[in-house]
Amino acid sequence: MAREPILKTWKLFIGGAFPRTESGRTMILWGADDRVVAHCCQGSRKDLRNTVELARKALPRWWARDAYNRSQILYRIAEMAEGRTAELVDAIRCVPEAGTDRAPTAATARKEVACGIDRLVAFAGWCDKFPQVIGSRNPVNGPYHDFTMPEPTGVCGVIAPNEPSFLGLVSHLAPVLAGGNVAIALASETNPLPSMVLAEICATSDVPGGVVNVLTGYRRELLPEFADHRDIDAIGGATEGNEERRLLELGAADNMKRVRLEHAAEIDYHDDDARHSPWTIEPFTEMKTIWHPSGS
Amino acid sequence: MTVNSDWTYAPAPERVDPEIAERHRLFIDGRFLSSRGRRTFETANPATEAVLSECDEANAADVDAAVAAARAAFRKWSRTRPQERAKHLYRIARRIQERSRELAVLETMDGGKPIRESRDVDLPLVAQHFFHNAGWCDKLKYAFPGATDPKPIGVCAQVIPWNFPLLMLAWKIAPALACGNTVVLKPAETTPLTALRFAEICEECELPKGVVNIVTGAGETGRLLVEHPDVDKIAFTGSTEVGKRIAASSAGTGKRLTLELGGKSPNIVFADASIDQAIEGIVQGIWFNQGHVCCAGSRLFVQESVLSEVITKLERRLSTLRVGDPLDKNTDVGAINSGAQLATIRDYLERGRAEGATMHEPSDASLPDKGHWCRPCFLSDVQPSHVVAREEIFGPVLAVMSFRTPEEAISRANDTRFGLAAGVWTDKGSKIFEIASRLQAGVVWLNTYNRFDATSPFGGVKESGFGREGGLHGLRGYLSL
Repeated sequence: MAREPILKTWKLFIGGAFPRTESGRTMILWGADDRVVAHCCQGSRKDLRNTVELARKALPRWWARDAYNRSQILYRIAEMAEGRTAELVDAIRCVPEAGTDRAPTAATARKEVACGIDRLVAFAGWCDKFPQVIGSRNPVNGPYHDFTMPEPTGVCGVIAPNEPSFLGLVSHLAPVLAGGNVAIALASETNPLPSMVLAEICATSDVPGGVVNVLTGYRRELLPEFADHRDIDAIGGATEGNEERRLLELGAADNMKRVRLEHAAEIDYHDDDARHSPWTIEPFTEMKTIWHPSGS
Repeated sequence: MTVNSDWTYAPAPERVDPEIAERHRLFIDGRFLSSRGRRTFETANPATEAVLSECDEANAADVDAAVAAARAAFRKWSRTRPQERAKHLYRIARRIQERSRELAVLETMDGGKPIRESRDVDLPLVAQHFFHNAGWCDKLKYAFPGATDPKPIGVCAQVIPWNFPLLMLAWKIAPALACGNTVVLKPAETTPLTALRFAEICEECELPKGVVNIVTGAGETGRLLVEHPDVDKIAFTGSTEVGKRIAASSAGTGKRLTLELGGKSPNIVFADASIDQAIEGIVQGIWFNQGHVCCAGSRLFVQESVLSEVITKLERRLSTLRVGDPLDKNTDVGAINSGAQLATIRDYLERGRAEGATMHEPSDASLPDKGHWCRPCFLSDVQPSHVVAREEIFGPVLAVMSFRTPEEAISRANDTRFGLAAGVWTDKGSKIFEIASRLQAGVVWLNTYNRFDATSPFGGVKESGFGREGGLHGLRGYLSL
């Protein structure tokens, strides 16, 4: 007798827990053959506001950790993801690629997962190195020690592109975390499953609750709240068209959010040289210059 | 023999005549041109209220012409060999040094700041910024690891305030040019004269025409400039309110943006600080340049056990500050930049008193009959919710508050939408660095205040803006990596 599979509704990842959306709404993910692949939460503006509160609480503890420790936690995410490669590949392949009725090939999906995991390793390594690379000791006139070093901007919205659903999110999330920030990610709208698998990986990777948060839902509903929320300090990620960019930058102006957005269609996520640069971390840091007199 | 027991200072005015023309025009494409709109405005000496000159108010056609000139010049300037670009900037730095006395006097006459400051602080820093950035021209490929071919951005729209007119010009123009960009700069309407004198220096140094363009005018000219569609980058220093408008208007345009905005910077004095040094730092922090300083240490937090000592010593020190003729070499506090700014400051003082703060104005020296003046003063018994503790006053007014524990000092210092600068005073080394790392500010001065240098990045966090000016980090806003 055929066994019916147990299909769960994927929940949000907020503050280290997996709650359902407060709105009680779900969205259906349709597969290539027009069958229901999964149900996901249709996150609401209120969910985002709740998330910001928990992320804000997590921020000082995350930044207070030694860089070596943050480095190991990012590496732990990569280790855990490696063990769940097959699940990530399946999640990537569960919906058709944009503009087609076919799922990505297994080889394409495996390449995407491998690249994403390697990216996590790359940024794990940056945690305790980028401050030396982008900071400075300033040769000022007069008897002063003067140095400049990066600090995290704070609570960062991370807008994943619709595709590639896994690699896109990882590529925008990793620099934010390596910089000592906490992240509120908005998963791919067309295929949120790989993001939710990543959330489960984070939940079992010693990532403190609230440091990584993942919401699923509609961009047109949630992006305005990302833009306007006054306790989000920065927004990074990929936009699907200039209207999204304009909307996010317009809202950001009100509380001087730092915004670093790229157009999803213009990004080559497989370009390791470009994506592993420390200058992808820099937009989510604040340079602090400290002066102290020296001498008597 | 009679002994003179009167210890007041005799006047010691600076007498260099900067020879101010009656009329100033726009500097576009290497020429001084009248505005197509034929509208002018007057710029006055805030210490005497005498009109110094008439300046052109640039309109949309003028801004178009200036941006077009900068665009045309960009093609060549961005491809000029970096060593050759550097020579122009080095030459400008030298000419500024040579003409520094004249520029300092002009700055003081147009803006009201004491000649001691324009001569000893502003002008040396202006020259240093050009000299420092000149050397970067041919070293950009070493500046940002991994980015071996950084590119200039294009035409930069730069709008600057009236508190450090020539220094803000230097902060903006020097790195922009060093990176191969061209600029259109708008100085503030109350202090346009040194920017136009700088245009003369560009001519003297044979800077290619169109690389630097200066358009004068008020807010509307600034708006036309930053909203111009052919501008690639906006650099603005000024109020948070205007900065937000600029950020909103550039949303979705792809223009690069750096903003250096307002502040309400905390200056924290612990009981274990060297109190006498801290007093000097407090004075330097808030009464430097009449308090017209975005990073002024305008919120003083004093640990409770030394509060009365600090207030007593502050009163004594304040009574010795000399307010008056900015051209007098003995003057400590000059004229408030404009009548409008003076009205704003007075309004804040009134609101401070109405909310229950205690006013301390230790100096009763007479003030000149004409001009805009505000005696240095401070308010004690200020509560964190008071307007004078929350809003930027931009004048010689200090709000004094107390705290008990380091935790309280940190949380109250950070309880503001701004985050430009902060000061900490204590002789305990580990404590001072712990506090420094937890303060939300772009610049932290430890056992000192209001220090600036061309090699030292300056800029804010939170609503004090983003981007850095000065040093290697100051180049970042003018390059694509």
